[in-house]
Amino acid sequence: MRKDYNLEKRKYVIGGFIAIIAVIYVCRLFGLQIQDDKYKDYADNNAFLRKTVYPSRGMIYDRNDSLVVYNQPAYDVMMIPRDVHDFDTIDFCRTLSITPEEFDARISAMKNSASYSSYTPQTLITHLSAKDYGKLQEKLYRYPGFFIQKRILREYAYDAAANVLGNIREVSESDIKRDDYYKAGDYCGDLGIEKSFDKFLRGIKGNEILIRDARGRIRGRFEDGARDIAPVSGKDLKLSLDIKLQEYAESLMVNKIGAVVAIEPATGEILAMVSSPTYSPKLLVGRERGKNYRELVNDHYKPLFDRALMGAYPPGSTFKPSQGLIFLEEGIVNLSTAYPCYHGFINGRLRVGCHGHGSPIPLKPALQTSCNAYFCWGFKAMIDNKRSKYGNSANAFEVWKKHLVSLGYGYPLGVDLPAEGRGFIPNAKFYNKIYGENHWSANTIISVAIGQGEILATPLQIANLCATVANRGWFITPHVVKEIQDTVIDEQYRTQRHPTISAEHFNDIAEGMRMAVTGGTCRLANLPDIEVCGKTGTAQNPHGKDHSAFIGFAPYQNPRIAVCVYVENAGFGATYGVPIGSLVIEKYLKGYISPERKYLEERMLNSNTIIYSGVKKH
Amino acid sequence: MEFGSSYMLNRKQRCTPEEGESLFRHIDWFTVILYLLLVTAGVISIYAASYDFDNASIFSFNEFSGKQIRWIGLSLLLGLVLLIIDGRMYETYAYPIYLGMLVLLTVTIFVAPDIKGSRSWLVFGPMSLQPAEFAKFATALALAKLFSSYNFTLNSSARNYLKALLIIFIPIILILAQKETGSALAYLSLFFVLYREGMSGLVLFAAFVAVVIFVVAIKYTSTLILGIPSGEFTVMCMVMILMVVMLAFYVRRLEPARNVLLWFAATGIIEAILSNWNLHVNGYVYFLSVIGVAIIYCLFEMLRIKARRLMVTLLTVVLSIGFLFSVNLVFSNMMPHQQKRIKVALSIEDDPRDAGYNVNQSKIAIGSGGAVGKGFLKGTQTKLKYVPEQHTDFIFCTIGEEEGFLGTCAVVLLFLILILRIITLAERQPTVFGRVYAYCVASYLIFHFCINIGMVIGLCPVIGIPLPFFSYGGSSLWGFTFLLFILLRIDASRRSRHTM
Repeated sequence: MRKDYNLEKRKYVIGGFIAIIAVIYVCRLFGLQIQDDKYKDYADNNAFLRKTVYPSRGMIYDRNDSLVVYNQPAYDVMMIPRDVHDFDTIDFCRTLSITPEEFDARISAMKNSASYSSYTPQTLITHLSAKDYGKLQEKLYRYPGFFIQKRILREYAYDAAANVLGNIREVSESDIKRDDYYKAGDYCGDLGIEKSFDKFLRGIKGNEILIRDARGRIRGRFEDGARDIAPVSGKDLKLSLDIKLQEYAESLMVNKIGAVVAIEPATGEILAMVSSPTYSPKLLVGRERGKNYRELVNDHYKPLFDRALMGAYPPGSTFKPSQGLIFLEEGIVNLSTAYPCYHGFINGRLRVGCHGHGSPIPLKPALQTSCNAYFCWGFKAMIDNKRSKYGNSANAFEVWKKHLVSLGYGYPLGVDLPAEGRGFIPNAKFYNKIYGENHWSANTIISVAIGQGEILATPLQIANLCATVANRGWFITPHVVKEIQDTVIDEQYRTQRHPTISAEHFNDIAEGMRMAVTGGTCRLANLPDIEVCGKTGTAQNPHGKDHSAFIGFAPYQNPRIAVCVYVENAGFGATYGVPIGSLVIEKYLKGYISPERKYLEERMLNSNTIIYSGVKKH
Repeated sequence: MEFGSSYMLNRKQRCTPEEGESLFRHIDWFTVILYLLLVTAGVISIYAASYDFDNASIFSFNEFSGKQIRWIGLSLLLGLVLLIIDGRMYETYAYPIYLGMLVLLTVTIFVAPDIKGSRSWLVFGPMSLQPAEFAKFATALALAKLFSSYNFTLNSSARNYLKALLIIFIPIILILAQKETGSALAYLSLFFVLYREGMSGLVLFAAFVAVVIFVVAIKYTSTLILGIPSGEFTVMCMVMILMVVMLAFYVRRLEPARNVLLWFAATGIIEAILSNWNLHVNGYVYFLSVIGVAIIYCLFEMLRIKARRLMVTLLTVVLSIGFLFSVNLVFSNMMPHQQKRIKVALSIEDDPRDAGYNVNQSKIAIGSGGAVGKGFLKGTQTKLKYVPEQHTDFIFCTIGEEEGFLGTCAVVLLFLILILRIITLAERQPTVFGRVYAYCVASYLIFHFCINIGMVIGLCPVIGIPLPFFSYGGSSLWGFTFLLFILLRIDASRRSRHTM
């Protein structure tokens, strides 16, 4: 046959062509498979759905092991926008019983959120009811890109202690920035122990890796769950609160503005801590939370403001036991030192009024009758004595202040709750600034001697002083969490703090407070079967009627409860402070109110002092 | 009659053991091994591609891999039969086979059910076959027969060209009528055969230039240079360079090429300076006038030195520019979705949702395989059905994802070796029939290999054609088995031809 060798050379052209194509393809494959890493991530994003498994939040019990806060499941509808295909919106909305307009609004709200990404799960609807959850779960296969995220909501067994317990809310942008733990859509504690013990309560999130096919169906777990991380439940807390006592105290404070704090002196454990007016913790759960929260914020009585912890009140006469302690410690007075009282403290043109009682009187009767003059004279003797060890008024005042700070005034005590207030105890500099150095004396600032003037304290600090007297000279930092599951509570809640005042002087003060109950200003607190000690306070204030205050502890020996009651604009300490305080003491120690005191309970439950507050309800 | 007796004679001869032995001794076992490697790798890939989490046995015939094993078994049997038949039978019956296949293709248009818009499948009970795949070997036989006819040379007359083109284009038209564009385009690969048998290389060159112009013109439309799209600007520049090169190549004297080059350079510099001074001359005006002047100069030159070959250059230039403008005209008149499909294929537009979804997912599958792959049956892209048509046209993804760069390179290499081997077989054929037939086989394989892998790795438009020996499906496998084993039979009998 004829063979054209010129044409035969063309085999090299054809062979070369296919060889060049093969080289180009190998280069391209090298680029795709070796050089570029992004395809691996794309494939993983396609195939693996990383779902967070939320741990169960820790339970909260009261001191008697009553369950106070527990969990309820809630279901959020999540969507991964990238995976959502066209779907029957009408049917979707009908399943979830929302209107299409509402649906559109939620979609646009989701897209406007700062953390929006079409590749990661976004929360579309929160807190589905169990019924809607069931309906949607059944139809979920029709809506690729959607899934249901189980979450934990709080459930409250009692309508009480909202200020102590706090609540949980969805995290904000700043929470996410502050703490790596949080992702958009998570919940964190807000207010109360939910906030301060959030790290214990929240547990550790787990996650599971699911395999998802091209149509968005879940086809199983990656490596049968071998790489899943199980969530770790949050720690349970045991509170020092007695939830029954808390409820009772809250009921006594209805229609009053103020606070009640009850402490177990020996341990510093807070038995009850009422801020009034209060609100139901159940308001701040679930879908209605936002609306209710706004209402509480706008409420003129400021229920979210924890008066027991943050309120700064003039302690009034409840301040007198601490004055007596300082005078004794500093040797200004002894038990037989007596000061005159002619219906008050009269020094030059200065006059501080007092009520009718014998004169002159020493310390214990002065406490018993709440004699203003005695404490004014004592204060003057300490501050103005030029020949004393202090040298001048300013130095003397600094010593006075140091003792008060050691008793827990002037600075936050360190309670295990967020945002504790500090009250206010001025120092010498403060007065130097106002009056000029050496231009002030005891008389200039005499009202601080009786817990008025610049002196401010939180009800917690006042209660703590009462507990210190009850312990005869020491206290443990007040706290509400008694035990944390598998963990020891912080050492500061287990160590005694000793003020700069010798223990021996506390007995005399306690005796004076006992006398106030048996034959002084607190006679209403005189229970037949319990030796109560107390001290009233009636604090003048610029807002209207006097504040009514009371501190008391019982029994006289081996006290088990120390109470502070503070009712705004309610008049004399004896009218509201003493009844409420003594009822709380009686309820706690006996478990019931004796019949002959039922009238007192009745009166407190039904009285209304909120009308004197000058605050108009909306 | 004469043939019939020789056939009988042959069959008698074949019955003797020596003859049978010599046949199997003369078979190109190298190609057979390549074939077996490819189909085995193919069935493993199909198993992996269709493997579900609720997994079934590899031998279950309900699974694609099980069915494919059955197809492979049948095609081995078929291959054996094809080898046993006398090699000369194919030459003798080439036209009848071709005509029969044309009839079948025509019938298919009318009787085939509509499957995804195409009427190319003949359904026989549980089995369906695609005649377009079988028409491949028939067309190859017919073309080989034509070229082997007495004193036939492609370039001797236009009639010969016409005959060859008829043999190629009749099946193309019939398959287009079945709406199987991809399969129809595969027949265009037979132009490689025409080239080998004497067609001017200029045709392939023109096709290459046309493709380059098309791609460049469509791909770069977003930025403007001298008031025309940068793609067109680039094409114009390329045409100028081409003109200078061709002038230098085709004309013995270098003056025309030098003069044109100087002219282009001078006007180019002036144009650059003008545009630097913000005196814009429109790009069309500039290029058309400058090239126009060059063409007129060449025409004068042609008359002067009587270099008729200059005509080729001038025609190329004029046709290129004409093609460029017609591409623009056609493209701007296309439907948006057609434009989009072309643009996605040229990776101008990234659209992972719609038209680009398949390619995007197949690139993810291959890219995520890395150097050594995720391991057999561990590919998530393919297991979870992210890649469409993963056991048929996109089978290469499974290899890329599970066997990685090593696997893909091995497959590319296997195909390269097979194609080069077939070219070698072609060139060692003593007959024109054998050579042309072998080149046909090589051409089909080149086309399928380039287009299928090219589309899967995002270098070619998505044209739905299978990867030979790999993709699931009996028709494709049988079609290529026919092609290959007839070639092996023809090759095996080349010695006996000599002796007889």
